Amino acid sequence: MSAISSQSLTRKFGDFTAVDNLTLEVAKGEIFGFLGANGSGKTTAIRMFCGLLAPTSGSAIVAGIDVAKQPDAVKTRIGYMSQRFSLYEDLTVKENLAFYGGVYGLNRKEIKDRSNELLDRLGFKAQENTLIQSLPLGWRQKLAFSAALLHRPEIVFLDEPTGGVDPITRRQFWELIYETAATGVTVLVTTHYMDEAEYCTRVSIMVNGRMEALGSSRELKQQYGVDNMDALFFQIARPGGTFTHA
Amino acid sequence: MKRYWGFVAKEFMHILRDSRTMLVLFGMPLAQIMLFGYAVTNEVREAGIAIYDPAQDDITHEITHELLASGYFRLEQMVAQPEDMEAIFRKGKVKEIISYESGFAEKLLKNGTAQLQVVTDASDPNTGTTLRNYTFGIVGQYQRAHLPAGTKIGGIQPVVQMRYNPQLKGVFTFVPGLITIILMLISAMMTSISIAREKENGTMEVLLTSPMAPAQIILSKVTPYLLLALIDGFGILALGKWVFHVPILGNFYLLSAELGLFVLTSLSLGVLISTVSPNQQVALMLSLAGLMLPSILLSGFLFPIENMPVALQVISNALPARWFIVIVKNIMLKGLGFASIWKETLFLAGFAVFFIGVSIRRFNIRLE
Amino acid sequence: MRTIFIIVVKEFRQIFRNKAMIPLIFALPVVQLVLLALAADFEVKHVKIAVVDKDGSTESAQLTNRFAGLEYFQLLPDRLSPSGADLAMGLDQVDIILEIPAGFAADLVREGAAQVLVTANAIDGVKGGLGASYTQAVIQQYYQDWQVQHGIVVPAASGISFTWSNWYNPRMDYKTYMVPGILGMLVTMIGMFLSAMNVAREREVGTIEQLNVTPIKKYQFIIGKLLPFVVIALVEITIGLAVGMLLYKVPFVGSPVVLYGYTVLYMIAVLGIGLLISSSSDTQQQAMFMAWFLMVIFIFLSGFFTAIENMPNWARILTYFNPVRYFMDVVRMVMLKGSGWADIAFQVKATALFALVVNALAVWSYQKRVG
Repeated sequence: MSAISSQSLTRKFGDFTAVDNLTLEVAKGEIFGFLGANGSGKTTAIRMFCGLLAPTSGSAIVAGIDVAKQPDAVKTRIGYMSQRFSLYEDLTVKENLAFYGGVYGLNRKEIKDRSNELLDRLGFKAQENTLIQSLPLGWRQKLAFSAALLHRPEIVFLDEPTGGVDPITRRQFWELIYETAATGVTVLVTTHYMDEAEYCTRVSIMVNGRMEALGSSRELKQQYGVDNMDALFFQIARPGGTFTHA
Repeated sequence: MKRYWGFVAKEFMHILRDSRTMLVLFGMPLAQIMLFGYAVTNEVREAGIAIYDPAQDDITHEITHELLASGYFRLEQMVAQPEDMEAIFRKGKVKEIISYESGFAEKLLKNGTAQLQVVTDASDPNTGTTLRNYTFGIVGQYQRAHLPAGTKIGGIQPVVQMRYNPQLKGVFTFVPGLITIILMLISAMMTSISIAREKENGTMEVLLTSPMAPAQIILSKVTPYLLLALIDGFGILALGKWVFHVPILGNFYLLSAELGLFVLTSLSLGVLISTVSPNQQVALMLSLAGLMLPSILLSGFLFPIENMPVALQVISNALPARWFIVIVKNIMLKGLGFASIWKETLFLAGFAVFFIGVSIRRFNIRLE
Repeated sequence: MRTIFIIVVKEFRQIFRNKAMIPLIFALPVVQLVLLALAADFEVKHVKIAVVDKDGSTESAQLTNRFAGLEYFQLLPDRLSPSGADLAMGLDQVDIILEIPAGFAADLVREGAAQVLVTANAIDGVKGGLGASYTQAVIQQYYQDWQVQHGIVVPAASGISFTWSNWYNPRMDYKTYMVPGILGMLVTMIGMFLSAMNVAREREVGTIEQLNVTPIKKYQFIIGKLLPFVVIALVEITIGLAVGMLLYKVPFVGSPVVLYGYTVLYMIAVLGIGLLISSSSDTQQQAMFMAWFLMVIFIFLSGFFTAIENMPNWARILTYFNPVRYFMDVVRMVMLKGSGWADIAFQVKATALFALVVNALAVWSYQKRVG
């Protein structure tokens, strides 16, 4: 059974169609790259997968649950992290982890153990009592990602997780993603950094709400006769789209 | 010049597009004048009373009728027995209980005197006293009307004249204060927040690197609020005059000039606040807690200054609002001229000069 | 339950870490209580009276001097002409002008009756009315004493005689009236202001979205957010009561249990309003303005500054939809009259109904926003 599958998933806002008939399947353990320009519908699609937004038509099954019918049931099985927000700035690392762990139903021992494990792995143990606002952006992102995994979800959604971060930190972040996927967690990540597409198992490219390409980066490059993802994207998105360089 | 107007237009766009701020700018004065004009008042009317009438005779019935017909009183309930009075008061709906002596009419006609007891709920002292006075007045009137013909009315009769406000309308005392508070709200608070917002967003620095002189920038931010304040101010005057018949007895041009002066003073205060506020939140807190609240409480708008302890009266003198309220009252309600308010005008002008001066200094310091 | 507890812990942590909040929550209200209680005094007690004596007789001088020693009056020493007195009134130096016409004494002696002219500055209608009535009372007293002095027998048939007394505020102290109201205002401010800003801030910063993805149920979120404010409000009331009772000797006749119990219910209602405001605001600033706007209207229509009985019918009906009105009722009734649960049953029911409706609306609108 696939981790995520959607059938003609559509979302309209009045006359504007943000997501247009999205049909895809993401296998368990895949790192799926959800590419597209700003405003192409990536975030709206993710919101629907997370049960945050109801679809106008079509359906999506995430972790075996129909998100339109049971949005609440999905929440315990997924993790989420967006660029816009990671953790509470006026709380410490430890306090944030305690909060989110508790909210996901972990008991005190579980929170303690998993937090320590997480912090050790990241090398953040010494900062556990620092306020988030005092930490540099890269640390915050890594921390937020790890926090999203605290409750051991089956699937984790990452919305532009590496925005504004330097290349080295980005690289480290992706190493974390690999580690996570290796344990069987499915990762769906959106980005507009085209080079990150190379890191994914498969990618899809959204243009104006429609999925215009789907496949591994190698397949797509071959298919369109280009040798890098930037060029691929430019080709696919050219009619009416805008794009940014990584 | 063209640049200046360009900026002013931009500022207007900001304001007009923010519907919630517009609500506050125009809705609030409107709501408040409606409140003060119609609802909130210190005048007493239709106060709930209870009556204990063991006599139940013609005279007690007539007196009760007079009381209830006056419009000041509303019969909430009759009292069954005196012991109930405490419980009735505690329910909170009755402000005064009138007790007739038993055999009232009999005693009055035979002995020439009968007792009427008035108990008031003095939780609000003024209401208590006022209700009592109305009661005495009405009963007294009844007595005089029913005296046998030819009886001379002895005593010293005061002829009472209520000057400036013969109908004792509550709205008279509130409109000048309301104008003051609203003008200050718009001129000082909104201006300070607007400038602080630019600082917070970082766009102030962008402006400062432009060819516009700092003074011009500040002026362009201030102009929309100047206009809005004047619109609001005259709006309230108009509403007061045509809806509530609060007169403008004095010279309208003098009033307008003073209005303009006060707006100028408040604007400069707003600018000053913004120079010490790094972001909007601080500007808001300072304007609210440091300016608006003290002004509302201590300027004479709601509470009479002479009742305040000396320390508070001193603080009150430092508030521009306090002086402006006097100016408005004197011109609007008393019809007096400049001679009566030259002192207050001087204070306002002095405040304005002071605020502008300090703002300029602070601004220059920042630039260096 | 545990989820709620976790949210509450987080909220408290955030509230107390905010350096601006602590003085705001604790110091400002106390300052306001002190300031307001000192300033809020509608009592008419410094009536400046000027006497224009056109008679110049012993009687007129006697009448004039009556005002000299009285607590509520301030007799102006200068002898003013009528126009001088008018000018003085224009400059707010005089509240009441008592004009004793020529022939006053003669009329009094000959007819037993005389006239005087009392002019009051009535811009403040209450002040003018009360000032005039106090003046009349002094004049009456003088007449009665004059009668006795001149051996004029007071006829047995003196007509209806009045006795009167004041209950609940025997000292007629305005502070006793105001302080309970101020407590109500403080609690309301916390409820509406702080809660509106709090949720608006989460939305502004974006943490709301993160919370939406978690299994936190809406009701858990709301309860968890609001509980800290209920606690803070109770703390504030306690501080306020302490200040009021110690500093101003405001009595507390009723049961604290009733007051605190009702406050919790009231807070739920008011916090619901705060939630509703924040769910329709995008930024903290907007939430602040809306809360400010509503609060001003609510407070003025609550019987705090001016009595509800004085309002016209339509306004009185409006106050039934105003929860602040009920709080003012309850706090004054419990503190000053010792009213119990039975006495405030109406207020309790109304507040509970209000709380239910407002919070339901808030939850519904919050859900709408997201989906």
